[in-house]
Amino acid sequence: DITPLSISLSPCINPKMAELGAGSLLLGDPAFNYQEAELNERLKRLYPAVNEDETPLPRSWSPKDKYSYIGLSQNNLRVHYKGHGKNHKDAASVRATHPIPAACGIYYFEVKIVSKGLDFLSSLLPLSPIPGWDKHSYGYHGDDGHSFCSSGTGQPYGPTFTTGDVIGCCVNLINNTCFYTKNGISLGVAFTDLPPNLYPTVGLQTPGEIVDANFGQQPFVFDIEDYMSEWRAKIHGMIARFPIGERLGEWQAVLQNMVSTYLVHHGYCATATAFARATETLIQEDQTSIKNRQRIQKLVLAGRVGEAIEATQQLYPGLLEHNPNLLFMLKCRQFVEMVNGTDSEVRCFSIRSPKSQDSYPGSPSLSPRHGATNPNLHSAGADSPTCSNGVTPPNKNKSHNKYPGVSSASSSSSSSPSSVNYSESNSTDSTKSQPHSGTSNQEETSDSEMEIEAEHYTNGVAENPSARIMNGTYKHQEILQAQDISLGNGVAEDSCASRQLCGGNQAATERMIQFGRELQGLNEQLCREYGKNVTHKKMLQDAFSLLAYSDPWNCPVGQQLDPMQRENICSALNSAILESQNLPKQPPLMLALGQATECVQLMARVRSGSCSFARVDNFLH
Amino acid sequence: TKCVHLPPEVTATSRHYVDRLFDPDPQKVLQGVIDMKNAVIGNNKQKANLIVLGAVPRLLYLLQQGSSSSELRAECAVVLGSLAMGTENNIKSLVDCHIIPALLQGLLCPDLIFIEACLRCLRTVFISPVTPVQLLYTDPTVIPHLMSLLSRSQRTQEYITQIFSHCCKTPEHQTVLFNHGAIQNIAPLLISPSYKVRMQALKCFSVLAYENTQVSMTLVNVLVDEELLSQVFVRMMQRDQPIDMQLTAAKCLTYMCRAGAIRTDDSCIVLKTLPCLVRMCSKERLLEERVEGAETLAYLMEPDVELQRIASVTDHLVAMLADYFKYPSSVSAITDIKRVRHWTLLIEPSQQHTTLHTTLDHDLKHAHELRQAAFKLYASLGSNDEDIRKKITETENMMDRIVSGLSESSVKVRLAAVRCLHSLSRSVQQLRTSFHDHAVWKPLMKLLQNAPDEVLVMASSTLCNLLLEFSPSKEPILESGVIELLCSLTQSDSPALRVNGIWALMNMAFQADQKVKGEIVRALGTEQLFRLLSDPDSNVLMKTLGLLRNLLSTRPHIDQVMSSHGKQIMQAVTLILEGEHSIEVKEQTLCILANIADGNTAKELIMTNDDILQKIKYYMAHSNVKLQLAATFCISNLIWNEEDGSQERQDKLRELGFVDILHKLTQASDPNLCDRAKTAMQQYLA
Repeated sequence: DITPLSISLSPCINPKMAELGAGSLLLGDPAFNYQEAELNERLKRLYPAVNEDETPLPRSWSPKDKYSYIGLSQNNLRVHYKGHGKNHKDAASVRATHPIPAACGIYYFEVKIVSKGLDFLSSLLPLSPIPGWDKHSYGYHGDDGHSFCSSGTGQPYGPTFTTGDVIGCCVNLINNTCFYTKNGISLGVAFTDLPPNLYPTVGLQTPGEIVDANFGQQPFVFDIEDYMSEWRAKIHGMIARFPIGERLGEWQAVLQNMVSTYLVHHGYCATATAFARATETLIQEDQTSIKNRQRIQKLVLAGRVGEAIEATQQLYPGLLEHNPNLLFMLKCRQFVEMVNGTDSEVRCFSIRSPKSQDSYPGSPSLSPRHGATNPNLHSAGADSPTCSNGVTPPNKNKSHNKYPGVSSASSSSSSSPSSVNYSESNSTDSTKSQPHSGTSNQEETSDSEMEIEAEHYTNGVAENPSARIMNGTYKHQEILQAQDISLGNGVAEDSCASRQLCGGNQAATERMIQFGRELQGLNEQLCREYGKNVTHKKMLQDAFSLLAYSDPWNCPVGQQLDPMQRENICSALNSAILESQNLPKQPPLMLALGQATECVQLMARVRSGSCSFARVDNFLH
Repeated sequence: TKCVHLPPEVTATSRHYVDRLFDPDPQKVLQGVIDMKNAVIGNNKQKANLIVLGAVPRLLYLLQQGSSSSELRAECAVVLGSLAMGTENNIKSLVDCHIIPALLQGLLCPDLIFIEACLRCLRTVFISPVTPVQLLYTDPTVIPHLMSLLSRSQRTQEYITQIFSHCCKTPEHQTVLFNHGAIQNIAPLLISPSYKVRMQALKCFSVLAYENTQVSMTLVNVLVDEELLSQVFVRMMQRDQPIDMQLTAAKCLTYMCRAGAIRTDDSCIVLKTLPCLVRMCSKERLLEERVEGAETLAYLMEPDVELQRIASVTDHLVAMLADYFKYPSSVSAITDIKRVRHWTLLIEPSQQHTTLHTTLDHDLKHAHELRQAAFKLYASLGSNDEDIRKKITETENMMDRIVSGLSESSVKVRLAAVRCLHSLSRSVQQLRTSFHDHAVWKPLMKLLQNAPDEVLVMASSTLCNLLLEFSPSKEPILESGVIELLCSLTQSDSPALRVNGIWALMNMAFQADQKVKGEIVRALGTEQLFRLLSDPDSNVLMKTLGLLRNLLSTRPHIDQVMSSHGKQIMQAVTLILEGEHSIEVKEQTLCILANIADGNTAKELIMTNDDILQKIKYYMAHSNVKLQLAATFCISNLIWNEEDGSQERQDKLRELGFVDILHKLTQASDPNLCDRAKTAMQQYLA
């Protein structure tokens, strides 16, 4: 029953692949598909900075952009000459399907001379209509070893080449030069000051001439990756040695501020305080506020969204009323957590004594009852490392697409007092986070406990749309995954047992359905006030779809139940709180990272090749 | 004996430091050593003072005393290491105080900190050019002990490998280190997490493998973490690695290749080592790197024409090398001035003047080094392929540069320039064109007047080529009175010079006129000529026979030479034919006889010498066809019909049984011999 659904909903098929397959009419050939996958992988490795949606890489010769004397075969990689070859007028050329993207940084392709006629030339040609090809072209002739550049007269350049030789052409888009290779040996710079948007091209002039192109389909004879590594090292060195001059102190202050604000933003209270003490800097936000936010975040990440909403309303009155979109998102999440059985509104039903719910918020001291609630606290604690698993999963983009409204939600305009209010209980946490309520001893313990937990979900919290770039650091992933495994055992047992709708409790299910109706009501109310909202509708649909499956965790929309999905809403709520306190909704560190990432992408668009080796994630450890 | 004048106040402070070393309280001595350590760091004057005041023997005494605490001993070693960091004079003083055996003894102590301090000091002493490296090998237990210390720490690894790489200067040193397991012990260090350790280990391998087949052959089979050593070296040559590492790894592979352990067509040589070395020659590299890169590349491809062809098209190498002659350029002069200014910040004003001079000397030295490296590389590039030679001579001002290189003050540059010229002189085309246009013979002749042997060998060898008969330079060289010079070369103790001298004379005598031949004979003197005919070097003998043969060509010349020197020549010929010589030598000798037999009057010298005739007869029946052919040729000349007295000679030779032999030879399987014998027989029939 899953299969038909998964097809309609799964975005797993790479659209690029499909497009290519369709274009080359050979989709059915499994060997070809395998080659194609290998090519994609190799190109991705060679040119990681290239966004092929914007600037596709050359993958074959273009059947459209060629002279009629040119014949193409073998997936448009083999070129043969079929003209008369009597004089220079019979020369013919073919260019690749796409120009070389600047974001390659360094681009390379090879041509093997399968059979040599009398004359052969390999060249690079700029973007221009076919009749004008001969102008502004750059090439290397096989018969005399000369290079030609824009004009008809050649310059002595390299050796001649013939049947069996592999000639490579490397375009350096950082310094706009080009060199050729022969059988894996670099022949030295042939051209400087190359214009942008060049196409790989070959020209032939003699009957019987056959050449095969290699745009990455095969390993290259020349070690281009070694050449790239030199430029990568050069550019990294340039960045590392960027002169600061007299501004050293200024930079240090900026960096300290960035670290401090980052810690504060995510509510790492003790760390932030310790850092401020060590660097003799000031924290803008007061401790209570930081701890409040930390507490709310913990609740969201533990799946206790109802409590989080409540705490927010209590601590930041009017915040959610001014952010109806955010409230709606929270409520949707709450519904999902109800299905999950993690929200306190449904969880209370599965606790043996319903009274315990009432009893523990009231008990200020360590009561035996309190011990009974401990497992819950523990599982909450254990949940956060699970969600902290800040690995960017391959399907992460998908989830972002599903909930694109994070920032728009928080920025959307005013009012509509929340119609749903489930004030049932104060959790122990609220007492805990009151800085003056406990003894100093208790506070210290709770503080350190928080720090430990904070450690766990560091990365996870950073995992929000703007901070996507933050992750991708592999060491962390390994550590987190290792933790995941060790902690996961307990969680898995836990969730296996409770892997029933609303924890398998009838009353809870009823509460959930009732809540669903209220949510539907909220949606209708929002529609009336602000007009239809497609995002909301989709969110609601997805959430309700969970009920359509007997096993919601293993259904096409089951991904919503993944604790990792809490992270977006968590950071959205955190940002909204900060904004309401007139604090930046994003930490400057993330802004700086985002800006650097944007800059690098912009560099690619303005054809600055060094962007290829200045990728932000190279500098994140 | 040293004349050092110290200001009294300086002496007083320094003396106080030394005095404290003699305090009866060990704790105060320790504090004294620590204070001394802090006082000498970076202070060359203080170091010199302390040495003069006798701190070294006391420190060594404390270091060797068993009663000293391990902390004190370590601090002593640290101070000594610091003193060694000063000037070369400091090192000399330390070595004179027998610091090396004392520190080597210290290595037997179990305390790692002390060992590391000793090694650090030893390292500093041994890498100085003033320390005799032999001191490392005097005690045979030292090397094995150092090997065992390699496992102790990254510091011991770094210092020990650095000591090895600086103290491995001869094949004997290589063997000692090899026999004590240097390869197995050092190979794992190539993947050490410490860059310094990796680098020093790599340097060790480069000195161990240099011209050492045994080491090289062992190296190719060594695995480091399941990876072949050559692959480890290839990784170290990757372009993002530090230049020093790339260059040293390329050296290792070069030496392994030259020692025959890696084929010259192996992809790690063709696609990795060679391009890496070419990159080292680029303008972007430091001067030292460019010099080492060029020299190593020259060495790598010297014996292999295919590598020469590849290098000649790699990254415009031939044109790149032209830049080596552009130093110091106007641009570098500016940066040099900057460098001088920079230095002046660090030194006292009185020293400025000397520093400027040092810098200029430094630049001049670099300029020499660059030029000689470029010449060496050009020589290697052009040693076989005609097209490459053409490419080289067509490089901007190339011939002018060689010509001026031949008369440079630096012997190294002159040698390299003449090597380059020699390499290019193997080209018939260049001899005919550029060599003549640039009158290279002139500076070459000048060079031959007064030069060290190694330059002379190259220069005279080049001269041999310039004296080939098609060379337009031959005439002017002859007129410059070269014969005396060449004759004096034949008297040299060096076989290479004797060969070149006689070879040049041989080339000169080829199709020369009577006057030249007479001059050669006169200048060389018969005595010297016959001494050369009994030369122990077979090359000398061959070329001398070649000279004789060239002298004995065309009938009038034969008769004239034989009339004046016939007796001696015949004696020499007899001796050679009787002696133990190679086939080639005997063949050449029989050819001389054949030439003599072609003379008018000279014939009689053979006809009247029964001993020689018997020998000719013997060689006509020899198992070697070449000798049979030469001997038959001789007889054929003697019985040639159209000449006076041919009838008598034919009769005499028939009596001696030559006709029977000729008759047999007409049945010979070798067609040449068969033809020759038939032609000879016809003389009888006519």
